[in-house]
Amino acid sequence: MASLAAILGSGSMTNSIPEIEGMEVIFIIGSNTKESHPVIANRMIKAYRNGARIILADPRGIPMARFAEVHLQLRPGTDLALLNGIARVIVKEGLKNTEFIRDNTQKFEEWEKSLEPFTPEYVESVTGVPAGLIVKAARLYGGSRKAGLFYTMGITQHTHGTDNVSAVANLALVTGNIGRESTGINPLRGQNNVQGACDSGALPNVYPGYQKVNAPENREKFEKAWGPALPDKPGLTATEMFNGSIKALYIMGENPVLTDANQGHVVHALEGMEFIVVQDIFMTETAKLADVVLPAACFAEKEGTFTNTERRVQLVRKAVNPPGEAREDLSILMGIAGRIGLPASYCGAEDVFAEMGSLWQGVQGITYGRLRRGGIQWPCPSKDHPGTRYLYKTGFPVGRPPFTVVPFTPPAELPDAQYPYLLTTGRNLFQYHSGSMTRRVRQIEEHAGRAYAEISPADAAALGVKEGDVISITSRRGTIDISARVTGGIRKGIVFIPMHYAEAAANVITNNALDPVAKIPEFKACAARIEKKTA
Amino acid sequence: MITLTIDGKKTQVVGGATVLEAARKLGVYIPTLCQHPKLTPFGGCRLCIVEVKGVPRPLASCTTPAAEGMEVTTSTPQLEGLRKTVLELILSDHPDDCMTCEKAGNCTLQELAYSYGMRENRFRGERRTYAKRDANPFIERDLEKCILCGRCVKVCKEVQGVSAIDFAYRGFQAKISTPFEHDLNCEFCGQCVSVCPTGALTGKGWAKKGRQVEVNEVDTVCGYCGVGCNLTLNVKGNEIARVTSREDTWNEGWLCVKGRFGYKFVNSPDRLTTPLIKKDGKFVEAGWDEALQYATDRLMEIKGKYGPDAIGGLSSARCTNEENYLFQKIIRAGFGTNNVDHCARL
Repeated sequence: MASLAAILGSGSMTNSIPEIEGMEVIFIIGSNTKESHPVIANRMIKAYRNGARIILADPRGIPMARFAEVHLQLRPGTDLALLNGIARVIVKEGLKNTEFIRDNTQKFEEWEKSLEPFTPEYVESVTGVPAGLIVKAARLYGGSRKAGLFYTMGITQHTHGTDNVSAVANLALVTGNIGRESTGINPLRGQNNVQGACDSGALPNVYPGYQKVNAPENREKFEKAWGPALPDKPGLTATEMFNGSIKALYIMGENPVLTDANQGHVVHALEGMEFIVVQDIFMTETAKLADVVLPAACFAEKEGTFTNTERRVQLVRKAVNPPGEAREDLSILMGIAGRIGLPASYCGAEDVFAEMGSLWQGVQGITYGRLRRGGIQWPCPSKDHPGTRYLYKTGFPVGRPPFTVVPFTPPAELPDAQYPYLLTTGRNLFQYHSGSMTRRVRQIEEHAGRAYAEISPADAAALGVKEGDVISITSRRGTIDISARVTGGIRKGIVFIPMHYAEAAANVITNNALDPVAKIPEFKACAARIEKKTA
Repeated sequence: MITLTIDGKKTQVVGGATVLEAARKLGVYIPTLCQHPKLTPFGGCRLCIVEVKGVPRPLASCTTPAAEGMEVTTSTPQLEGLRKTVLELILSDHPDDCMTCEKAGNCTLQELAYSYGMRENRFRGERRTYAKRDANPFIERDLEKCILCGRCVKVCKEVQGVSAIDFAYRGFQAKISTPFEHDLNCEFCGQCVSVCPTGALTGKGWAKKGRQVEVNEVDTVCGYCGVGCNLTLNVKGNEIARVTSREDTWNEGWLCVKGRFGYKFVNSPDRLTTPLIKKDGKFVEAGWDEALQYATDRLMEIKGKYGPDAIGGLSSARCTNEENYLFQKIIRAGFGTNNVDHCARL
């Protein structure tokens, strides 16, 4: 996200979901769309039925593979080599968009030179994807001027995640596949309001609307609006908050014990803090470590807005009352604000949204009155603005976006003699994130309530493991016992664990090595050892 | 554009549009059961038959393309007689259990039986009986109520791309079946449930929670992934009876298993219901005033002791924009640090 914003000016989806129908070519990399974003996958299938051609790059035989004309089954962590390889074919075969590159971009020549080593044969040796398929994918994507790129955590959750995103952006820039209807770059956001949380300024380096905290004019504007003097240096990211300097933590609706990489490290850090407040709807693994737990309301019990992955602000309406004494988060927050002397008496969510609109032009034109008639996609700078379906129609706010030279770097930790398997993580269709919601739905638990690790038939045979056997998976950080699921959808040497199950939490073993810019932990690749458990 | 006349009224439609679509555009009502605007036409139920001048037999309007100069009549005594016969045939093999059916009051078949006054039936006789219950936890499949309209088959194939079900057997034995008649094992998106015109497909968790006339419909947005589908919570009392989605929103009424069937955590007995303060390693129930005062006192004390940058705030991608906005404002303006983040990266 950070990287895409740096290159193009914004880190969100450039197209809207309905536009997927009109795409000629859909290139999905590092996204298990049919399980993690099922209703977006429905649009892709609609496009497919209209004749769209689908390229899929994913280490596993995920459900979307059924619709893919080309499935690039790369080794986890080798996305950069693959993307550079595809770019090289596009440039060499004259599929580049010369006009777009000349008029809209910069640093092309330098980047073009950097691609030289990424021949299809070299890329095959790194990624395990046959050279012929790399060429085919390049011709498909490069041959279209109405193509959409889609990616999620499979691209970002690496120590080189920022580079991965740059490499994705390079592909769109070299073909000019951006800034038009049904044509663009689309990071799919994982949680219902992750777009909105970023937009609303729940980030250490920016105020609402991505206004940098270290720019004096922004600070002045927010000080004027809010009252007190504001700090000028960017704060710590979530993962950095567990490195010892934080003495008191206020956590609203998050479960870092389960969702952050390297669970042991997070628990240790939380135990070392002097005071923790957790505001949540359940006694989560994190709440258990708190000093004060505040009972909050869930989405069905409050008013407000969520912003989805395509920047669409939509109204959340209250349907039922929260249980017992539980309260809406907004009223809890007002209670805190009042006690520390921060003026924050709002009549309700609408009032808060209006204040945000007065400080960020992107949503200035959006009012609850308009939202009652349907969602609106920002930017929406004025009350008569219809909202923005796709970005960069009239050029890029950053001027000419640059091509980024991205040398291939392997994951921070690679298999070796002691830890011979490459472990990757993800989601499944039925469970959601840390499972604090879905694991309390009896029907979902009945159907998908058991943790499992996917391994290839070849590895299963070598280990003497059958479907359903318990195996123990060990990395340099920890061990979990988990039931084996043998599937032809995964390649030899690779093991996959869904992240949802606390009893076999994938993040006990994942690596908390960070991407140096975006500070995202490398969930998607680490080295592991597998042993069969004898009953 | 093609010009045609329906019931004496002239209308224009784009090439490829069906006679049914042209009639709907004019606001002319033609009864249908198998047709669905988001699915390819099937022509199975024969209720949408119309007369076209120059054609000696009635045509299914849902599969007949509109043609230049076509003159269409949608209702004649003969057409209505045929429609009534079709309905009689369907109802002769349909359980008379509207009194206990979940779908009563929201059932296309019931509505048609009502408007055609289907009290008598000339075709009473043998009925299909299906004793076996599908053991999947999400979708109730009552095949005795199935009228074989095929909408579920089409939505599964065309919208979901799964093809978990299809027609099996022929004639009176025909039914919608899973492979080898196993229990349903699919993505459980429930798209089939949403397009079923009868009570054949419902949610297992919906049973006896309230029929459509009793529920209050609240339009909101799904709380799971970032797609942000429009949901309608069907509420009875203080409980969500079921979740549906409107067809006229951007997600066209389509949902996934989590959005459609994953709502019961709201009423989980595990929900936190009172503020808690940890004393000697154990959580003790507290009042709001006490908990909020204690929390702010401790936070301010630690800020005083170590400086503002010893305070951190983790906001949430699960909370609303307004809550996130106010949270970061409190951390920045109230506690004086930019140490605020959420799990966007995780």
